[in-house]
Amino acid sequence: MVKDQVFLEKKTSYCLDLAKKLGATEASVIVSNSISETVNFRNKKLDESNRSDNLSINITTYVGKKKSSISSSNLLNENLNILLEKCIETTKNTPEDEFNSLPDRDLLAKEVKDLNLYDDTNLKNDHKIDYLKKLEASAAFNKKIINTESSFTQNKSNFILANSEGFCDGYKTSSFTASSVTVAKDENSMERDYEYSSKCHLEDLEDAEKLGKLAADQTIRKLSPKKIGSEKISIIFDKRIAKGMLSAFASAISSSAISRGTSFLKDKINQKIFADSINVFDKPDILKGLGSRSFDNEGVKTDTLKLVDNGILKNYLIDTYNGKKLSLKSNGRCGGASNLYFENGRMSYKDLLNSSSKSLYITETIGHGSNIVTGDYSVGATGFLVENGEFKYPINEITIAGNFKDMFQNITLANDLDFKYSTNSPTMMIEGMVVAGK
Amino acid sequence: MTNFFEKSDLSRNEAENIISDTLQKCDDGELYLENSKSESILLDDNKIKNSSYSSDLGFGFRAISGEIVAYSHSNEISKDSLKQSSENLKSTLKSVKGNYNHEIPKSNKKYYDNINPIEQKSLNEKIKILNDVNKYIRSKNNNVKQVTANFLGEQKSIEIIRSGGESLSDIRPLIRFNVSVMLEKNGRKETGVYGIGGRQSYDSYLKEDNWKNVCDEALRIASVNLESKPAPAGEMKVVLGPGWPAILIHEAVGHGLEGDFNRKKTSAFHNLMGQKVASEGVTIVDDGTIDNRRGSLTIDDEGTPTEKTVLIENGILKNFMQDRLNARLMNTRSTGSGRRENYRHIVLPRMRNTMMLSGKQTQDEMIKAVDKGIFAVSFGGGQVDITSGKFVFNCTEAYEIINGKIGSPIKGATLIGDGPSILKEVSMVGNDMMLDPGIGTCGKAGQGVPVGVAQPSILINKMTVGGTKL
Repeated sequence: MVKDQVFLEKKTSYCLDLAKKLGATEASVIVSNSISETVNFRNKKLDESNRSDNLSINITTYVGKKKSSISSSNLLNENLNILLEKCIETTKNTPEDEFNSLPDRDLLAKEVKDLNLYDDTNLKNDHKIDYLKKLEASAAFNKKIINTESSFTQNKSNFILANSEGFCDGYKTSSFTASSVTVAKDENSMERDYEYSSKCHLEDLEDAEKLGKLAADQTIRKLSPKKIGSEKISIIFDKRIAKGMLSAFASAISSSAISRGTSFLKDKINQKIFADSINVFDKPDILKGLGSRSFDNEGVKTDTLKLVDNGILKNYLIDTYNGKKLSLKSNGRCGGASNLYFENGRMSYKDLLNSSSKSLYITETIGHGSNIVTGDYSVGATGFLVENGEFKYPINEITIAGNFKDMFQNITLANDLDFKYSTNSPTMMIEGMVVAGK
Repeated sequence: MTNFFEKSDLSRNEAENIISDTLQKCDDGELYLENSKSESILLDDNKIKNSSYSSDLGFGFRAISGEIVAYSHSNEISKDSLKQSSENLKSTLKSVKGNYNHEIPKSNKKYYDNINPIEQKSLNEKIKILNDVNKYIRSKNNNVKQVTANFLGEQKSIEIIRSGGESLSDIRPLIRFNVSVMLEKNGRKETGVYGIGGRQSYDSYLKEDNWKNVCDEALRIASVNLESKPAPAGEMKVVLGPGWPAILIHEAVGHGLEGDFNRKKTSAFHNLMGQKVASEGVTIVDDGTIDNRRGSLTIDDEGTPTEKTVLIENGILKNFMQDRLNARLMNTRSTGSGRRENYRHIVLPRMRNTMMLSGKQTQDEMIKAVDKGIFAVSFGGGQVDITSGKFVFNCTEAYEIINGKIGSPIKGATLIGDGPSILKEVSMVGNDMMLDPGIGTCGKAGQGVPVGVAQPSILINKMTVGGTKL
């Protein structure tokens, strides 16, 4: 069982009291406990079981405008005494920063909405094994599949965030995650692909057989890939890759990148940065949402933000420190976006595939090729050649490149949005990118 | 050394009994205890933005039977907690019938000192250096718009207790110093990043001219990038500089030679042992025994002393990197490559310092041999798909080569290649092998561990460069 609210609150109030006593003018504490149990299968047999019980405490103390923080996994009071003394000592020796402060009191969350983020179900390992047996039987059904690895994880977490302004709240969350990674082989090549499902509630998890079959199908279709020539071509991003564009966008509009001047979107507020039809939302209060939260990492209330309205950038993601630096109020995004998504486009998935006579459909990218300072983008990619709406053959060992500034202006979205991840995009087409191959 | 039982209701004797009882009839397993202390001090935007300290304590209990691994970890070193973990392990391994293998080779060699780098320099001294760094960089160039500099210091104490009470321990220091500079000129922004680090104290490593070198290098890379033009797209010849560009070796062949992927036959290399996988003259080793290096270890996280493992010798595949589990299942021995990020994670076979050894040619000869291609000097990260063998890495400093001469700098681009075939495309190996500056972290299965790389300059006949200029 994860530690209850009473235990966690006791720890936060102990630390806040002690910090005050030792000379802190302000302080904040977050205590959390997370227990997860994982079972792994490989080639239809049990491979690994893993139970993890994690405690953690993070304390930030302020002496006037000086600030420092400590973290530990050892919650014994004896250890906390030593760490807090060290923390206050370090705080006093750290130079002042005029923007250091707790959030404004009137921005703190007053009520915690019940977002249905916790499922009390405790699935025994034997039941996880039953699920994985079904999954693996389905994944390994086709003879071309030569290796399967599957995993089931149940996670239960609880936390309390408290600060010296009187904020003290927290809640339990749960997640159930199943995944399948398969390897397929033919006379020309060996390929790997995957599928997974992650939900707050067990009942919403994808059916085991369906998950295994999806993983296998996605792997087999990659066999015997070709390399194509270098050219300018329309690129269609599968949903699991398209969401990465939003993640890059979120990093570029974080208040820290803006205040430090290290974003290609600095000074672009109220300007058109996307194609006309594009709308981007960050909605923290989706029931059972994977990115849902009632308040941010500083206790600031979070409302839904329309970040992009018909192509125009309307909001940054702002925390307290960088907000004060930019003379803006925190909008509850310390820790980043919550449930971030592109609104659906107008075109069906099929029409999007049909919209150019020849395009590349990308299902996987590798490498860390997003530069938030310049907007330059260059990654390795795997996918399929699409001609007149038909998947022709698999492609690999190519790169795709462009600059986000141009790419964002050339996005067309399909109308197939769903909420599989915390950041979600419909299938996406970007025109005018460069493919490097042969 | 940390006495993990000092403040616990669990005595060493009781722990040993629980371990021996749990691992009875298992093939392998141990209790791994860890106490780590780390600090981070960050200067950014002309200010000390963050000073933080962290202490982490916990254990991981592992039992192995055949191919099945059961693992349980907790932060509470107590009787209840260890018993609970023992129950978890027993419930996974319901019917075990293994042979516990006690043999762990011994060595007295140590590759770093028992020090705590955090305590060896005061906070004020570290803050002063960071402020000096900021002033120095901003005074050297008028286009500097942002400077970020940070210290990371760590000391990790570990103890491994095996069935029967055998105990192995290690104290591991680690430091890192990083500088990032952003320049802006005529509305264009570019960054340069450089860092150094290793298993040693700040004092012995961070002498005055040493930190200035780091600043100069970051500033130089940013200045070069301000003048860069779009990178070419397509297949061409590539000359790699010595040192850090060896992440090519790490991604292209290193991961594919880790024991687990080969036992499971999911690596593109699994059926190539003893075969030619690289050009003649290419020799690659993975070495955990170089003094004070970031990837070095006195013992690995299973207690096996590390070694210098020859992976590829003169083009022929010789060895995989092994932990105890994969070595046992593949009928070979551990190469001291069993590593984990911390007590929260299971052991996996991992790289330490992966190095391509020097050959005979000079970098000049390589440049002269290229009509049209690129010269890549510095890199960001890389990644590999083990199964298809395709790997990428991102240039952060590169130049075009035209008719045997180095030309203009080009924008950062991703390079992609095929692991099992790329080393056969190496047509020249330089005489200038260099170690990287001590900044690498390798990620695998969600675990990050510090690693090193090294290589001489090399000429690759054919690689795909992911630029935008057709």
